[in-house]
Amino acid sequence: MDLSHIFNSKKIVSIAFSAVFLACTIFTSVAQEPVKVEEPHVSRSEMNAPHEEKEEDISATILHHIADSHEWHFWGEGDHSVSIPLPVILWSDNGLVTFLSNKHGHNDHGTEIFEEDGQKLINYHGKFYYPNAAKNAEGAYVELDENSVPTNAKPLDISITKNVVSLFISIIVLLVVFISIAKAYRKREGKAPKGLQSVLEPIILFVRDDIAKPQLGYRYAAFMPYLLTVFFFVWLNNLMGLIPFFPGGANLTGNISVTMMLALCTFVLTTVNGNKNYWGHVFKPHVPWWLYPLMIPVEIIGLFTKPIALMIRLFANITAGHILILSLISLIFILKSVLVAGIAVPFVIFISVIELVVGFIQAFIFTILSALFIGMAVEEHAEH
Amino acid sequence: MTLLALNPLVSPDPGLFIWSTVAFILLFFLLSKFAWKPIVQALDERERSIEDALVKAEMAKEEMAKLTSENELLLKQARIERDEILKQAKELKDQIVSDAKTAAQTEGAKMIEKARTEIENQKIAAMAEVKNQVATLSLQIAEKVLRSQFEDQNKQNELVTDLLKEVKLN
Repeated sequence: MDLSHIFNSKKIVSIAFSAVFLACTIFTSVAQEPVKVEEPHVSRSEMNAPHEEKEEDISATILHHIADSHEWHFWGEGDHSVSIPLPVILWSDNGLVTFLSNKHGHNDHGTEIFEEDGQKLINYHGKFYYPNAAKNAEGAYVELDENSVPTNAKPLDISITKNVVSLFISIIVLLVVFISIAKAYRKREGKAPKGLQSVLEPIILFVRDDIAKPQLGYRYAAFMPYLLTVFFFVWLNNLMGLIPFFPGGANLTGNISVTMMLALCTFVLTTVNGNKNYWGHVFKPHVPWWLYPLMIPVEIIGLFTKPIALMIRLFANITAGHILILSLISLIFILKSVLVAGIAVPFVIFISVIELVVGFIQAFIFTILSALFIGMAVEEHAEH
Repeated sequence: MTLLALNPLVSPDPGLFIWSTVAFILLFFLLSKFAWKPIVQALDERERSIEDALVKAEMAKEEMAKLTSENELLLKQARIERDEILKQAKELKDQIVSDAKTAAQTEGAKMIEKARTEIENQKIAAMAEVKNQVATLSLQIAEKVLRSQFEDQNKQNELVTDLLKEVKLN
């Protein structure tokens, strides 16, 4: 695979350098953020074994950072936090319930019942549930199972969460960028690319020549729109996830719902475009007939493991990167010494630069595997 | 399900799933129609035109090479022809010069011959004249001598005797 034209490009090198700079500024800002987060936890943890509770708090903080949220948090804690409230949309027993997330305060321990559009609700760790009739031991109107997950029924949450806003932002960016490029192509027909067009053209060509054509052969043209959309959608959201402040930091591609949606798209395309050959391979594999009872279930399971692997690969890679960076930063608070920053911050910068590469590679892998699966489905002659 | 419920990270969120599906499908259709179609088309077209241009350039190059070789051939032929012409011209010149020389020589010889004949004729004529002149003069002299001789009888006698003597001697 010929990538040299991408890696040799001066523009790419300069982008990489600016990314390193960005990473530097990012992590000085991130490093300051958890200081404020710490304080209330410390006071709370005094009752229990302080050390253990502290570690749990840090993992909770990390999980909180990479999870979805009903508000876009900037800094501060509790009622003093600075954040953008986002609209909550719930499909409850009483129909559609909508309100701004800051309307009912910041209590997310499920200890306060509020009523909205005639529907009684509680907020437990950022999720909305129907309250129980009685409080539990911690004063919350929830009943927890052995994994501390509420067993309460809950309305269908179709809120515009932080991830959804980030999704919309990325979509607007993609639309603006690529439609303007398309205009540039129309205006400068047959001429050399210029500006943004010349930055993105090698990448579009890369998707076409190194992803679509080798996997799909002459049928590549029909699947180009999907592959290009997936590639740029995943790549942009991977990069936006690495920016820790607005409009980034939403960890969209590290969310299993989004990767599931993307994998499902590939699965639908594979299934819809699968030809006789493909289905023949599944239901009449090239093995002796007495192996059919074994092979047919394996092949059928294989249909589903491919998109599931796609889903988990992207989710796990991006989430792991985020957790790694946040853990390195948290080292400062675990070891309670600002001197640790001298080691942790360079490490974080190093990992962030790697994450920039991972962001591209994962977008590439997701796209090339999608192309491969589609290619297998539309292949004329199975070579086995 | 308990496995999925263990960690909120791996439990899909229906709200986000719905929104992302709707948004992604919308993005896909909008980009397909307004971005990818013109971009991919423009790229294909440009590639095709570049390929065409390259093929044409190659053809032009071949044509050029052909023309150059043809030109060279022509030049070579012209050079040969020129040499040929020059050679012929030289031969012609030499021949003309030699012809002229021969002609001049014969003419000269002829003229010399003529002159010689003329000189001979003139000489003969001059000699004849001189002879006539001499004869006339001699006659005149003889007449005068005779006249002077015959004026004196003695002398006539003497002469006759002399003549007779001479005859006798014979």
